[in-house]
Amino acid sequence: MTPAPPLAALRDITKRFGDVEVLRQVSFPLCAGEVHALVGENGAGKSTLVKILAGVHAPDGGSVLLDDQPVTLHNPAQAQRLGIAVIHQQPSLFPDLDVAENIYMGRQPLGAMRQVDWALMYREVNALLHRLDAHFDARTPVRSLSIADQQLIEIAKALSMTTRVLVMDEPTAALSGREVEDLFAIVRQLREQGVAVLFITHRLEEIYDLADRVTVLRDGAHILTKPIGEVTQAELIRAMVGRDMSALFPKQTTSIGTVALEVRGLTRKGEFRDVSFQAHRGEILGFAGLVGAGRTEVARAIFGLEPLDAGEIMLDGQPVSIHAPADAMRHGIAYVPEDRYEHGLVRQFPIVTNVTMPIWRAVSNRLGIVNTRRERDIATDYFNRLQIRATGIEQLTQSLSGGNQQKVVISKWLATHPQVLILDEPTRGIDIGAKAEVHRLISQLAAEGIAILMISSELPEVLGMSDRILVMHEGTIAGEFSRDDADQERIMAAAIGQAEGEPHAN
Amino acid sequence: MQTKSSTSPTPASGAAPVDTSLASVVARIGQAREFGLLVVLAVIIAFVGVQQPRFLQISNFEHILQSIAIIAIVAVGETLVILTRNVDLSVGSVVGFSAFASANLLKNHPSLNLLLVFLFGCAIGAVLGAVNGLLVAYAGIPAIVVTLGTLNIYRGLDFAVAGGSEVSAFQVPTAFLNIAGDYVLGIPLLVIIAAAIALIAGYFLRYSRQGRQLYAIGSNPDAARVVGIRKSRLTFMAFLTTGILSGFAGVLWASYFATINSGAAGGLELLVIAAVVVGGVNIFGGSGTMLGAMLGAIVLGVIQNALGVLRVDQFWLQAIYGAAILIAVTLDALVTRQVQRLLIARRAQRE
Repeated sequence: MTPAPPLAALRDITKRFGDVEVLRQVSFPLCAGEVHALVGENGAGKSTLVKILAGVHAPDGGSVLLDDQPVTLHNPAQAQRLGIAVIHQQPSLFPDLDVAENIYMGRQPLGAMRQVDWALMYREVNALLHRLDAHFDARTPVRSLSIADQQLIEIAKALSMTTRVLVMDEPTAALSGREVEDLFAIVRQLREQGVAVLFITHRLEEIYDLADRVTVLRDGAHILTKPIGEVTQAELIRAMVGRDMSALFPKQTTSIGTVALEVRGLTRKGEFRDVSFQAHRGEILGFAGLVGAGRTEVARAIFGLEPLDAGEIMLDGQPVSIHAPADAMRHGIAYVPEDRYEHGLVRQFPIVTNVTMPIWRAVSNRLGIVNTRRERDIATDYFNRLQIRATGIEQLTQSLSGGNQQKVVISKWLATHPQVLILDEPTRGIDIGAKAEVHRLISQLAAEGIAILMISSELPEVLGMSDRILVMHEGTIAGEFSRDDADQERIMAAAIGQAEGEPHAN
Repeated sequence: MQTKSSTSPTPASGAAPVDTSLASVVARIGQAREFGLLVVLAVIIAFVGVQQPRFLQISNFEHILQSIAIIAIVAVGETLVILTRNVDLSVGSVVGFSAFASANLLKNHPSLNLLLVFLFGCAIGAVLGAVNGLLVAYAGIPAIVVTLGTLNIYRGLDFAVAGGSEVSAFQVPTAFLNIAGDYVLGIPLLVIIAAAIALIAGYFLRYSRQGRQLYAIGSNPDAARVVGIRKSRLTFMAFLTTGILSGFAGVLWASYFATINSGAAGGLELLVIAAVVVGGVNIFGGSGTMLGAMLGAIVLGVIQNALGVLRVDQFWLQAIYGAAILIAVTLDALVTRQVQRLLIARRAQRE
């Protein structure tokens, strides 16, 4: 292929959220008739970049160029008018309306009296859907469609406009093998037509299958941009994870005890299948994998937040049935969710109330009246033990820092005296100093004989903290590593579904 | 050991032909709601008609339609607002204020052109509706809070202006009082006006881009923003329109009831919302039709009339209205859930 002039380009894009710099001077071109793959670990800044191109976020520095001219993208509609179509990871559609209106909302074809020409709109959308080989028609209500079908609608929408730059944020994450092939055929067709495609994916084999050029981001920095023929898969993985283990993880050596939790064949349709593992007392069992690999879903199922289609949960060798969080709590399981704002804290309540919330029965008398002194004693105990930094247990949790909020959430679950503690992304959004404290706390809890399941998307954290690591990929356990065997490359390879030592097929 | 994801077996049914039966069934659920209302209407009419044949006289149906015409006009506006995932609780107060103000205007200036009186009522409604719209759409205050406040404020204004006085039938020109009782081509004028307004609004909702955008806002506000819909402006317009229609309805109210004090049309908002919701307009926005809302108003009117004909104590009326709302909303939720379950089952089967 002759080198095409860049249709669009990013120049020194920088973006900050608060004090965190999520993108640092990222520059790369998007050429007409080229598929450009963008890869990087979770949190590398890919989604932020997509949102800048979509006109959702404005960059703090640098600019987006179209035909060598800097453009300001004030809002998504304007980006669309300039020919930049973005297909987000999560389709954002109107569930109450039909497929045709979702594709043409705001720009429906009009008839002679400026009335919406429904017949014409249905004809055009049906033609589009036929091209995409869809199994639904223009009149189908979107509410009734699967995520994959909704994804297809987003693609149809992009096809229905004059699209010069098409940005696809992990479009294949929810698609089956055949659907992926269909999608690739469409993308290739668009490439032929001179569209510049930016394709974000976690699946390396897709990059080699489809892309002409690849860019790697890591921690918000631009690591490399190369033609796909000039970079091997091993190089790519190294570029994605190649971070030194500078952060110190205060992992104590603990004596691993008996099996506290065992699960066999856990399956939930569409989320995960045949997940089996054991967790021992005193052990930190790390769960690595990409976002969406099913780790959180497994944790939620064990805690009774989501029903299981199949599988067994055993505690201390005894099968237990868990249908609701109350069951799980009764059996000594605690779950610190990923999103502490959404599911972990009542932010308008003080520390003391948050800590004693799951044990209100224990701190109240027979009539359900709370014994405030007992409540305060318990809260004060954890307040001191976990070294929560606040003016006192009466401080509202909304005014605490992220690290201290997380300690309150952990206190809350420790108050239930769990045998098994599940931590989902325990240090996400917490600054470095507080991170180390949370890590020390986790380690200390393991030393006290609690079995800890720690889900984390940060490889250094998983490697530094875990006694044993399970890697999940697309709903199954794709690898298990002992602390000594694990390294970033091997875990990453398992997380993207690349079996060990298997050479990639070009 | 492990296979690569892209080589996973092809689902046999991925390219299955369009599932027309299911798709069309689902697509028609919207219409099915209106059909369901027609069935409900037929059942009530048949049941009451058997017991009291005079219920079936044409003049009785005329009377029913006439009695709900004003509610229907306000319900047209309320439908626009509810579609955007908002609600306007102040419509009763707007109708009342406009009714007293316009009757009072005529009392003081009996020779005024009646068209000007209607414009006056609409203008009052426009101002009151605009206040609601500004606070909801631009200040971002929840509609239920804003309009609960203005419900009381507008009623308070009404009291302040009326000061305990009332305008009696003999104080306004007969020509004005005749409007509500007039017939054109043998059809009550009120019914013609209400039907015309509903038709125009129904056409707007179905065939204009802005009308479709009202649905989009209610269905998924974030997605609406992404496709460049001016949510604030459209929401404001919905409240403004509701205000104007309520002001207009207020003038008709004054003509219909003749004697007006500051308590006029109190509690009307509940009837209006009941009509809209019974008519299948989703209280959380995004779905429903004008035809449905109008049928909802008719169902309520028929129930009220039937209770009278059957000599059921009026005391029961409110309870029965309440039950009608609960039944409509519960049925709606059950049907939606059932369809969803059916679809998921079908999808699982395909996979």
